[in-house]
Amino acid sequence: MTVLAQSAYLTGRHLRFFLRQPWFIGISLVQPVIWLLLFGALFQNVVQIPGFTVGTSYIDYIVPGVLVMTALFSCGWSGMSIIEDLDRSIMDRLLATPIHRSAIIVGLNLYSLVSFGIQALIIGGLALILGARFPGGLLGYAVLTVCAMLVGATVAAFSDAMALLLRQRESVIGINTLLTLPLTFLSGAFMPLALVPAWIGTVATFNPVNWAVAAGREALTASPDWSFVLIRMALLVGLAALATAWATRTFRAYQRSI
Amino acid sequence: MTSKTNAGESPREVAIEAVDLVKTYPNDIRALDGISLAVEAGTIFGLLGPNGAGKSTTVKILTTLSRADSGRAAVMGIDVDRQPDRVRRMIGLVGQHGAVDSEATGRENLVLEGRLFGMSGASLKRRVDELLDRFGVAEAADRIVKTWSGGMQRKLDVASGLVHQPRVLFLDEPTTGLDPEARADLWAEVLRLSDEGLTILLTTHYLEEADRLAGQVAIIDRGRIVARGTPEALKSELRGDAIVVELSDSVRNGHAAAVLELLDGVHEPSIAGRTLRARADDGARSVPAVLAALDAAGVGVASVTVARPSLDDVYLRHTGRAYRPENQEATR
Repeated sequence: MTVLAQSAYLTGRHLRFFLRQPWFIGISLVQPVIWLLLFGALFQNVVQIPGFTVGTSYIDYIVPGVLVMTALFSCGWSGMSIIEDLDRSIMDRLLATPIHRSAIIVGLNLYSLVSFGIQALIIGGLALILGARFPGGLLGYAVLTVCAMLVGATVAAFSDAMALLLRQRESVIGINTLLTLPLTFLSGAFMPLALVPAWIGTVATFNPVNWAVAAGREALTASPDWSFVLIRMALLVGLAALATAWATRTFRAYQRSI
Repeated sequence: MTSKTNAGESPREVAIEAVDLVKTYPNDIRALDGISLAVEAGTIFGLLGPNGAGKSTTVKILTTLSRADSGRAAVMGIDVDRQPDRVRRMIGLVGQHGAVDSEATGRENLVLEGRLFGMSGASLKRRVDELLDRFGVAEAADRIVKTWSGGMQRKLDVASGLVHQPRVLFLDEPTTGLDPEARADLWAEVLRLSDEGLTILLTTHYLEEADRLAGQVAIIDRGRIVARGTPEALKSELRGDAIVVELSDSVRNGHAAAVLELLDGVHEPSIAGRTLRARADDGARSVPAVLAALDAAGVGVASVTVARPSLDDVYLRHTGRAYRPENQEATR
């Protein structure tokens, strides 16, 4: 049996739980909607700043930012499931089966990505209602979603690793908050980098969140520069793979400590 | 499933073997300080001791969850450290805190467990139905487990450990928190599994449970095994039954103990307040003599009780502490 099949069974377990909690779906949708409405209204007039050349309305501009930020927030909670499974000894039961340890990480994170996928659909629909236009069309929006998912997979793996190493809800919450907001604001998510202080621009060059936002935004243009997009996607794939491998390795530290 | 053992081999085959296991936690707490044990295939082995004694750590090492600092362990002859996946296929683990997914149905729990062991299709469905029936939870099978009673959840927990038909089952404090009826129910099931040839390692802090179920027990205290043997052998190491006499007045107490010294087959008389204790080779037969001797000496007796030695007494003798599981639980 392959790692993927094992992962899929575990994804199924989390999805069943998700589907049995309709309020859970509701809550997970509220946040991106608030971001979209709030930021959209708050920064409505920044498009009038000279130098704001991207798009015609701010809502066009922030959709990639909101989507990537939602992926960060949504996937950053992944470690909480690990802690719950640790607390309820379900983790021990999983570890006593012959499945590959990576299946536990991949299975859980796939679930995070699926639930983010639903959020992405809602955000896209709402953005259209609010008047956003995507010249890149459905393909562009799909590429943007995949970019957001790749950052999400990295953050989820990071959150899982922290959960296994620290085994405290508070740590996961703290790291999630400490990581998500700075990474989002040190990127072109809500403001073109041409309009921000130079040092932020420099940091953004190395910020995976910015890679995802920039690639996704490029994909939404009428004639995307695909090499620009694909290079960033390749980097994001590599990063997600590294983070997942690291999270899998933390099982060893966990094993030593119990 | 891989197996190097066949029916033709000696019935005295060792199913679980641990040699000199040592485990120290990062905070310098030595959880295991040289644990060695051997469990014969097809038997129930009881690992007895208070929380923190090292029972669960031993189980975690034997079930590949944790690693020992030194020493080695093998299940069905397979080293837990070198070939953990092969060991995992042979063992079922029922952990301390009901490790079932309470947000899923009973059936979903068992099906997932089977799939993770590579089972599928009709054979998995058959096995799951069989276990649901066997444990008497078939009617609740498609209900979310958090709506089940504690006893039923515990049964599902045990069933989950059996889906892949392991050769060895580890039960870590299986009846902690169960009411007496559910406990008796689970005991019957454990004995039935043992009759079918499953090797079972059971940890418990209920002396009665080890006494009832286990053919062999080891008492573990502060990371060391302090006594081992059959429950009967451990109990008979203590000299005979306990006789406890409540005296009706305390006037001639010292004299009362001295009176018993003279009786044949009565040992170690001691007195504390109005309670006179002694051990007797055969408690029931000694009672008339004890009462007659006290009567002749003019000592009034309020009541007398005779008790077979229990594992409580064994525990007290080997650890120097009385066994009080209720205190242990309060500290958890």
